[in-house]
Amino acid sequence: MTSPYPFASIFGILIVALSLSAALIWVERRLLALWQDRYGPNRAGPFGLLQVLADMIKIFAKEDWIPPFADKAVFVIAPAIIMVTVLLSFAVLPIAPGIIVADLNIGLLFFLGMSSLGVYSIVLAGWSSGNKYSLLGGLRAAAQMMSYEVFMGMSLMGVVLLAGSFNLTTIVEAQSKLWFVIPQFLGFILFLIAGVAEARRLPFDLPEAEAELVAGFHSEYSGMKFGMFFVGEYLGITLISAMIAVLFFGGWMGPWLPPIVWFFIKVFAFLCFFILLRASLPRLRFDQLMSLGWKVMFPLALANLVVTGAIVTVFK
Amino acid sequence: MTMFLQSAFYVAAVIAIISTAMAITRTVAVHALLYLVVSLLAIGVVFYAMGAPLLAALEVIIYAGAIVVLFLFVVMMLNLGGEARQSERQWLSGKSWVGPIILSAILLAEVIYLIVRAQPAGGIGAMVGPREVGLALYGPYLIGVELASMLLLGAVVGASHLGRSAPGRTGAGT
Repeated sequence: MTSPYPFASIFGILIVALSLSAALIWVERRLLALWQDRYGPNRAGPFGLLQVLADMIKIFAKEDWIPPFADKAVFVIAPAIIMVTVLLSFAVLPIAPGIIVADLNIGLLFFLGMSSLGVYSIVLAGWSSGNKYSLLGGLRAAAQMMSYEVFMGMSLMGVVLLAGSFNLTTIVEAQSKLWFVIPQFLGFILFLIAGVAEARRLPFDLPEAEAELVAGFHSEYSGMKFGMFFVGEYLGITLISAMIAVLFFGGWMGPWLPPIVWFFIKVFAFLCFFILLRASLPRLRFDQLMSLGWKVMFPLALANLVVTGAIVTVFK
Repeated sequence: MTMFLQSAFYVAAVIAIISTAMAITRTVAVHALLYLVVSLLAIGVVFYAMGAPLLAALEVIIYAGAIVVLFLFVVMMLNLGGEARQSERQWLSGKSWVGPIILSAILLAEVIYLIVRAQPAGGIGAMVGPREVGLALYGPYLIGVELASMLLLGAVVGASHLGRSAPGRTGAGT
């Protein structure tokens, strides 16, 4: 089953996702400023709304420079990979009944596959820059995203067990009586943490820790290639927020308001939470990050899966 | 639909063969790994076209998304430079090709013979979903699954033994 209007869905979702993540840059800067007791961008246009536009014009006018010591082909491909993988993940996202690009049977696995391919963007950018700081950022990204992907997938298996399907529309419909955040609260917390790590946001932004690695994997990038990483990061946050809404908070379900409004309200709430995290938490040390992933999160995800499986077997 | 899946199968199969050949002949390790990723993704499409969506997803998540990332991690750690490229070029030239080519030519002849002789199987169409795969793995193939899990447990124990820090030598990275 696919959408009755495939092309309208594709272009609608593309345009909304891209403009939402561009607007998010402004939202984040204003909210961060609010929480840190400053003004933030407030000069360009009303409330500084045109700041994003100004930034875009500036980024397009910058010289798009490829360093002579870089591996040119890989250097150019790397920023494209993150955009492609994140945007492809939006294809399986059920936004409202009928508004979905591809209602795959294995939608959830498709999302996990695309998010695991997204690692290449960061790792290859770090390697191809031919710069030791970038290389270190890329190495950190590889280790971090590998470790957090493992329990990210596992934390979702509880949801799959309850819904009995990998199909995201079925998962949303299975939550008509009870949102999965209640029976799968541990799974939700684990997925949230893994999602922050996948999106490489504070407190897990080790690959671009500016205090020690200049700018990590994108030190050598400029112009629109840097812009791709920048927008790709915000697209990633939007995607993770949307996935949390779909998997644990009933997607488009809600009383009174139309489904699509509920979906965007939920996504926006998680976007604000992501920004609040950045405003309030310091960065972890790398060994803390790895031991948290493997020694705490991984066993918890495994235990969650085993207990959920046992309960589902007993009661069904 | 079958027509579409069939053409997707053949296109993906050709891409898989080309990218695998490229992966073997590249002299820069990272480029070879990139072609290997393309090859694995193409195999994923082949699985999907054959009616095994779960296998396709697992191919992408586990092989392309995890195992090759580990390869890449190691290659980046070693940070091979121009010297490695030179020796790689030496290995790829001349006589070292002869042995493998003869052996794989025999295998290729065998495969072609089998394809020509064999009855056409059910082929494209029958979808094998996650449920069927799970029932098969935990039904008739249970012993295989258990043996594989024991093997992996052994690997994990071995890796943690090799990775442990010697007593009294504590510090960063533990």
